[in-house]
Amino acid sequence: MSEFAIDAQRLARRYGRRWALADVTFRVPPGSVVMVAGRNGSGKSTLLRVLATAIRPDNGNASIFGFDLVKQREDVRRAVALLSHYSYLYESLTAKENLQVTADHLGVSRDSIPALLDQVELGPRADDAVATFSAGMRKRLSFARVLMQKPRVVLLDEPYGQLDPPGFALVDEVVSALKARGTTVLMATHQLERGAQQSDLAIFLEEGRLQWSGKAAEAPLGATR
Amino acid sequence: MIGALRKELLLQWRTRTQFMAVFIFGATALLLFSFGVGPNAEILRQFSAGFLWLGLLLSSTLTLAESFHSEMENRALEGLLLLPADPRALYYGKALANWIQLTLLGWALVPVMVVLYDAGTNRLPSLLLIIALGAAGLSAPGTLYGAMTAQIRAKQTLLPLLLFPLIVPALLSSVKATSLVILGDPMHALGSWLMLLGAFDAIYWALCGLLYGRVVED
Repeated sequence: MSEFAIDAQRLARRYGRRWALADVTFRVPPGSVVMVAGRNGSGKSTLLRVLATAIRPDNGNASIFGFDLVKQREDVRRAVALLSHYSYLYESLTAKENLQVTADHLGVSRDSIPALLDQVELGPRADDAVATFSAGMRKRLSFARVLMQKPRVVLLDEPYGQLDPPGFALVDEVVSALKARGTTVLMATHQLERGAQQSDLAIFLEEGRLQWSGKAAEAPLGATR
Repeated sequence: MIGALRKELLLQWRTRTQFMAVFIFGATALLLFSFGVGPNAEILRQFSAGFLWLGLLLSSTLTLAESFHSEMENRALEGLLLLPADPRALYYGKALANWIQLTLLGWALVPVMVVLYDAGTNRLPSLLLIIALGAAGLSAPGTLYGAMTAQIRAKQTLLPLLLFPLIVPALLSSVKATSLVILGDPMHALGSWLMLLGAFDAIYWALCGLLYGRVVED
C-alpha cells in the first residue's frame, strides 16, 4: 500500500498535437485537501479527468492509494469520485431517480437518498425532472451523487461554479466534512482565496505544466489572475 | 444488470411519445411499400413479410440511435462507468430494453401489415415469436453500433451503414420464417429457420456483450 493518496509521475496527456498536460509530478498525502489552480486551458480539468480514469494518460503514470491508473482502473474507480464539468445526470429522470440509478449501480442501499437530497438542499425538488433544474441545482445534485459513492479520494472540478452564495457555503461545509472524515480532496477552482482557505496544499498549472506546488497558505494567489 | 435494465425501462417510459412517433414512421413505411407494388392483393401478400421487416428495420435505426441520446447529453454513460459500473451489465440492460421496445414495435406493426397487405395468419403465436427473435437479432448489434456512433455527428447515417450488413443473416431468417407463417409451410421448414435465427441471436448477444466494454471505454 502506497503512503500517498495520489502519486503522479510525469503525467502527460495530449489532444491532437497539443499537450494539455505535460510532465506533471506531485504527491498528495492521505486526508489532504489540495487546490489545483491555473488559468483556463491550463490543464486542471484534464488532470482531474486523468486521475479519475475518464481519460488515459499518454505518458507518465499515477497511482491512487497504490492502485495504478491504467492497470488497476477498476480499483481506482472504486476509490475515486469525480465532480465533473459534465453533470452525469439523466435529464428526463427526477433528482431522486438519478440518485437511485447511482445507488443501483454502486450496489448500495437507496435509504440514504432523502438525507443526501436534504444535504444539498434539493429535498423539496426530489420528484422534479432534472430537465427543469437550473445549472446550480444540477451541480448540487451532482455533489449528492459524489457523496453517495463514499470515496477515499474526491476530485472536484470547479465545485463553486454556477452556485449561489449559499451554494458556496455548502461546498465549504462538504469539503470540511470530507476532510474531517479523512477523505483526500483535489479541488480545481478559480475561487483562489476561498479554495486556499479550505486547502492544505496547492498546485498551480500553466499550459499543462506544474508551475508551483506547496502549502496553500503560501500559494502565490495573485499569479494566476 | 437489473439496475441497468430498470434505468433503461424508466428512460423509455419517460420518452414514450417517441415510441408512438417511431410506430407511425414504421406504419407509414409499410403504406409506402404497398404503393410501390400497386393494388395487386396477391403480390402484396407475398411480399408482406419482407415489407414488415423492412419497416421494422428502418424504424429500429431511429430507436437504437435515440437510445444513446440520454447517455450522451450530460455524459451520463461516462458517469456510470466511473462508479464503476460493469460495462457488460450496462450493455445487456440497454440491449434488453431495446429488444423489448423493438419487439413491441414489431407486434404493433402486425395489424397494420394485415390491413394493408391482407396478410393474416392463424399462427399468430409463431409470428409473434419470430418477431421477438428477429428483434433480438437487431437489438444486440444495434446497441453496440449505437454506442459506437453515439458521439458522431452523422450517426443517423453511419448507424444503418454499419448495422445493415451485419444483420443480413438474421434479417433473411426472419423474413423467411415470417413468410412461411403467413403463406403456409408445406415443407415444414419453419423450425430450421427459427433455429438459424436463434443461432445468430446467440452469436450476436455473446460477441456484442464482450466488445461493448472496449467500445465505450476507448
